[in-house]
Amino acid sequence: MPKVYISSVIDAPAAEVWKVVRDFNGLPGWTPFVAESRIEQNASSSQVGCIRNFVLKDGGRIRERLLALSDYDLSCTYAILESPMGVEDYVASLSLTPVTDGNRTFAEWKAEFECPPEREPALIRQIGTGVFQAAFDALKQRFRR
Amino acid sequence: MVQVRQSTIIDAPVDEVWRILRDFNGHDRWHPAVGRSEIDHGDPVDAIGAIRHFWLADGSELREQLLSLSDADRSFTYCLLEAPIPLMDYVATVRLRPVTDGSRTFWEWSSRFNPPASRREELVGLVTRDIYQAGFVAIKRRFGRTAPAPRAPALPAGRPQRFDPEPAIARPVPAQTGSVPTRAIVVERYGGPEVLRLQAIDLPPPAPGEVRLRHTVIGVNFIDIYCRTGYFDLLKPPGIPGMEAAGLIEAVGPGVEGFAVGDRVAYACPPVGAYCERRNMAPDLLVHLSDDIPDEIAAAGLLKGVTASLLLHDVHRLVPGSVVLIHAAAGGVGQLLVQWARHLGATVIATVSTADKARIAERHGAHHVILYSQEDFAAAVMRITEGRGADVVFDAVGNDTFGASLAALAIRGHLVSFGQASGPVGDWDIGRFASKSLTVSRPNYGHYTDTPERLRPHVERFFRALREGIVRVDAPTRFSLSEAAEAHRLLETRQTTGSLVLVV
Repeated sequence: MPKVYISSVIDAPAAEVWKVVRDFNGLPGWTPFVAESRIEQNASSSQVGCIRNFVLKDGGRIRERLLALSDYDLSCTYAILESPMGVEDYVASLSLTPVTDGNRTFAEWKAEFECPPEREPALIRQIGTGVFQAAFDALKQRFRR
Repeated sequence: MVQVRQSTIIDAPVDEVWRILRDFNGHDRWHPAVGRSEIDHGDPVDAIGAIRHFWLADGSELREQLLSLSDADRSFTYCLLEAPIPLMDYVATVRLRPVTDGSRTFWEWSSRFNPPASRREELVGLVTRDIYQAGFVAIKRRFGRTAPAPRAPALPAGRPQRFDPEPAIARPVPAQTGSVPTRAIVVERYGGPEVLRLQAIDLPPPAPGEVRLRHTVIGVNFIDIYCRTGYFDLLKPPGIPGMEAAGLIEAVGPGVEGFAVGDRVAYACPPVGAYCERRNMAPDLLVHLSDDIPDEIAAAGLLKGVTASLLLHDVHRLVPGSVVLIHAAAGGVGQLLVQWARHLGATVIATVSTADKARIAERHGAHHVILYSQEDFAAAVMRITEGRGADVVFDAVGNDTFGASLAALAIRGHLVSFGQASGPVGDWDIGRFASKSLTVSRPNYGHYTDTPERLRPHVERFFRALREGIVRVDAPTRFSLSEAAEAHRLLETRQTTGSLVLVV
């Protein structure tokens, strides 16, 4: 099962960063690649089980279900229901940990999924660099001290 | 139950940090609070259930048991079994994670315990600062974040940043039958020159396989500063610094062959311990001094001479007609490299920081001298060599010069990085070296000199070069043993030229 792991250090307290990333409907507000997003069936974006339905700037549509959200661990886990990427059983989690030395944030984003073997390298690169790292870079930019 | 959670970012790849931390018995080699540690019953250090028995610098004893360890997660958990302070039910976890977008390491150290209510704040503070944060600082220092960081080679430089861990108390040396009183410079804790203090100690008689030396002259080297600050862990406080000296054999332990009382000898090697009137050591790496080599020249030149020899003969075999670039050419090793490389038929280009030092480099035979403070040395090398570049660069400066040294090299050139006076060189993508098919070496003195077979050819070659006048070691600047701190201060200003010695 292919795995992606990306981590970074963001120059802001974890609580501040968490305020931005905990909103499951908030991708358009902080990532560079999401154009618009809505939560289906008028659910709350912090309700486990809710589905976000968003459109990428390149036009692709993705639906993802929130599987877990913890304000204690500063983490959330979600699964892809539909996407143009051609992945199966995709589960990802994003988590933040305070770096007490410097009051910064250690951010981790990982995913596991199934796909045809020949597409593995391209998908790992696309998800790791194109999605997770790009989002972290945007966070780093936003919280630049 | 209280919880303590501390975390930091270390400027080193996660596997390097994990290699140090996963050794459950290795904390005495990096944590400033831990004096000595051993694993009970000789269990493997990574066996679940292994118990480490250790002593703090103040002599107090603790036992901790490894509860879990995972190389996949790069984490381990342990609990306290015995301690002189009431950290009741203490269970702690060390966890490392890679920072993938910078080749750094996230390190979290957390624990839970039940302190008595009256001592809650005190104990939480102790765990937070004296254990966790002090450990972070020590590991950061090991990876160079607080290394001595002069801005440039041979420039008046910032003193090394200092870190004062819990002061370590020297364990008293029990008086033994036959022991002799002597004086030594003892580093009680890592720090600035002021931690170098003269103390009276009792030296036991030489053990089997050891000789007792009475030093006459002791060499002072930049590596001693790295030992004093804790940047290199060759010295663990309390300890005696110094890697180079000359003197007489005063007593010989059982089983020693080839050395007799009264022999004149010198050495330039670990273990540290040269800053003293007398010491015991195994004679494997001692060299006999012939009458025509004065003690002062041996003590001032042996370590630097062996360094120059191994650089020019083992690390890079210099051939006539080569173009050689030597940084810090007025320094101790630099002066020898300039003379020796010229003798071997190379075109020698030297870099220095001041006009005075330029004259020294010229006097030692440099064909071209570049004042890098006034001129881009890589461009100057290209101009001097008409665009070809240097075949080899000897670079002990490190951070400030590494990149430009690469730029100054010819096709198939060789960068010999043998020091980092201005700080570690950081991460380099070796793919870029293909643009000129470059070779990079990072030799470690000890790996070329740790056996008599490896060391002897260099010593002989250096002494022969001295006798034949191929290299000259200028009279060193002299200090008394009690002035060791002064000698370090002067060396750290980077304004010195040539060698410094302590005269006993």
